[in-house]
Amino acid sequence: MPLRIAFGALPYDMAHLLGGAMLVLSFALLYQRRVTAVINIYALQGIVLAVAAAWQGFIQDAPHLYLTALLAFVGKAVVIPVALHRIIRRLEIHREIETALGIFPSMILGVALVVLSILVVLPTTLQAQAQTLTREDLAIALSVVLLGLLMMITRRNALTQVIGFMSLENGLVLAAIGIAGMPLVVELSAAFLVMVAFIVCGVFFFHIRERFDSLDLHHLDQVGETHR
Amino acid sequence: MNLLDLLSPAGWPILVPFLAAIVLALVPSWRWGAWINTGAATLCFLAACQLPWLVGPAGKFLFVDRLAAHFSLLTAFVAMTTGWFSLTYVRAEIAARRINRHRLRLYHAMFQTFVGAMMLALLSNNLGVTWLAVETATIAAVLVVGLPRTAEAVAASWKFFIVCGVGIALALFGTFVLYLAALPALGPGLAPMSWSELLPAAARCNGTVLNLAFVFFLVGYGTKAGLAPLHAWMPDAHAEGPTPVSAVLAGSILNVALFVILRLRSLMATNEAAGGGAIAPGPAIMTLGLLSLLLAAFSLWRRRDVKRFFAFSTIEQSGVAAFAFGLGGPAATFAGLLHMTLHTLTKAGIFQCIGRAAQLKGGQKFTDISGLLVSHRLLGLTLAAGIITLAALPPFGLFASEFLIVIETLRRAPLLALPFGIGIVVGAWALIWRLQTLCLGTPTQDRGPAPSALMLAPVWLHLGIILFLGLARPAPIVAWMVAIARSLG
Repeated sequence: MPLRIAFGALPYDMAHLLGGAMLVLSFALLYQRRVTAVINIYALQGIVLAVAAAWQGFIQDAPHLYLTALLAFVGKAVVIPVALHRIIRRLEIHREIETALGIFPSMILGVALVVLSILVVLPTTLQAQAQTLTREDLAIALSVVLLGLLMMITRRNALTQVIGFMSLENGLVLAAIGIAGMPLVVELSAAFLVMVAFIVCGVFFFHIRERFDSLDLHHLDQVGETHR
Repeated sequence: MNLLDLLSPAGWPILVPFLAAIVLALVPSWRWGAWINTGAATLCFLAACQLPWLVGPAGKFLFVDRLAAHFSLLTAFVAMTTGWFSLTYVRAEIAARRINRHRLRLYHAMFQTFVGAMMLALLSNNLGVTWLAVETATIAAVLVVGLPRTAEAVAASWKFFIVCGVGIALALFGTFVLYLAALPALGPGLAPMSWSELLPAAARCNGTVLNLAFVFFLVGYGTKAGLAPLHAWMPDAHAEGPTPVSAVLAGSILNVALFVILRLRSLMATNEAAGGGAIAPGPAIMTLGLLSLLLAAFSLWRRRDVKRFFAFSTIEQSGVAAFAFGLGGPAATFAGLLHMTLHTLTKAGIFQCIGRAAQLKGGQKFTDISGLLVSHRLLGLTLAAGIITLAALPPFGLFASEFLIVIETLRRAPLLALPFGIGIVVGAWALIWRLQTLCLGTPTQDRGPAPSALMLAPVWLHLGIILFLGLARPAPIVAWMVAIARSLG
């Protein structure tokens, strides 16, 4: 490896900064109360992810990561947010987000999850012949994944659950780009999943709308309880 | 990665369904679609029949070992009989106006996509491709489950999508971590993602990182296998979608998930034995299996929906197989494999019967279906035979596999025999109780067409094979499965 990758060196610091920014944006997703703001923050996270992928492509000298960056930018920062905004306008969904768990407790839980992922990833990968950067990237990526999961659990709207899911996907891509030499297949598949997930969900929204005139999953819960 | 591998004979069982899916997406007539679907499923099975003779060195893209060949053959067989079943099932659904005929094009295309994705997941040599295939199968199934467009079906497919989405996301993270674990042994590139390279190099992988990967794999693929903490999608998905895909085929996907867990188990066990630092994988798999078994066995008693009831029974049997795999050793692994194989055949048969019964009675609650033996002797007898098989009563094959698992438990972990025994007895008891309400008692009113003997023929084929395996135990098949169990350790 020609570049020295450690604390204080630009490649390391920059990659860390971008990973940290993704994590901060994951927290921002958790405390937003308005649907439009959530979509904007998701778009911002997509931009940061694209920059992070491009940066990793630069320091690893892996040109295929530029493609990942491009996919992330076009898909996650432009197409999906624009489409989501359109859906919201067309369906006239109420703009407030209902939470199953208050903002403050979910922030506390989020911090606990970050601590957990650092405590899990850093010691276990200690003996792997992986660079410090890879290990720390993996810890950050796992935090983003877990925060996405938390968002899916603590939000009641279908739309915010989907954004939680897609933010979880961002974490997965962050993990993939941080591992040097990862084959292209995987990045493509990760990018692919987001696209497909989006299409599937798009189909869903319209059907839920057809049935219940709302994207609030409460109705679905009630269906579940009375049935069986 | 050489995609041309797909054109070799081993790739045919993957290629046929995917090509059929494209054709089916283009054919507007549902009558033609149903026939093409049936034909493609049959062709896929015929192509899979040659797999046991293709076992050999791995290609870059495909890896046919005995384990993969066994599960592919099983999956293709169930897909074929389900294709036959679907032909007449769809006709009755159209007649009853439960499914819109325009949506059948999507249904048939997704049927074949689902089958193709499962074959790809089983035969692929690359972990990433396996993951991609499982994901494709999930999306196909989600689309089909939501097809009836009732409130319940939409709710079920939503739950399916969310729970399985989380599961496969965690599995992907596990795949990345596994790559990292294999990096010191195999170097960068495709090698650390290939099963054929990973398994011989298991001892040289980084054990502690492998542990981390194992946790994500177990939870991720465990979701698809219907194992306890994340099993919630299964009953809804089984109950609400069109029977051929949601119930019969979704039963096969848990085989795919258990197949991946099995491969990883041997990877972990080899590493652990070589002192590589990995934990023994057995106890974790065993715990999840036992938890699923107990939870499902007691849940069976409270179900009022027939399909939901049998979905819980699937969770229970998946738990039994996982328990056996966790127990370890060639004998328990053999029993687990036998159990999975026979259970898949049994459950597919039962769901076909239930699908017919639900069409006949116009509902799928236990209160809708009763007295089948009195009013429709053939259907009642077939269903009764299926349930008796499922309850693992002799002379059918499942008795032998569960007996073997119990014996092995007593030998290796005697204390666990008690909860395991309670689980299978409580489960079997619930099955027998429901057998009485479904098949005996006063017949309920018919609201649909009665199935002819020809429609029940696939189920008899399934039951016949199970009976044959239970009684005759043909030496070549036993030798084949013993060889698989030995190779897994």
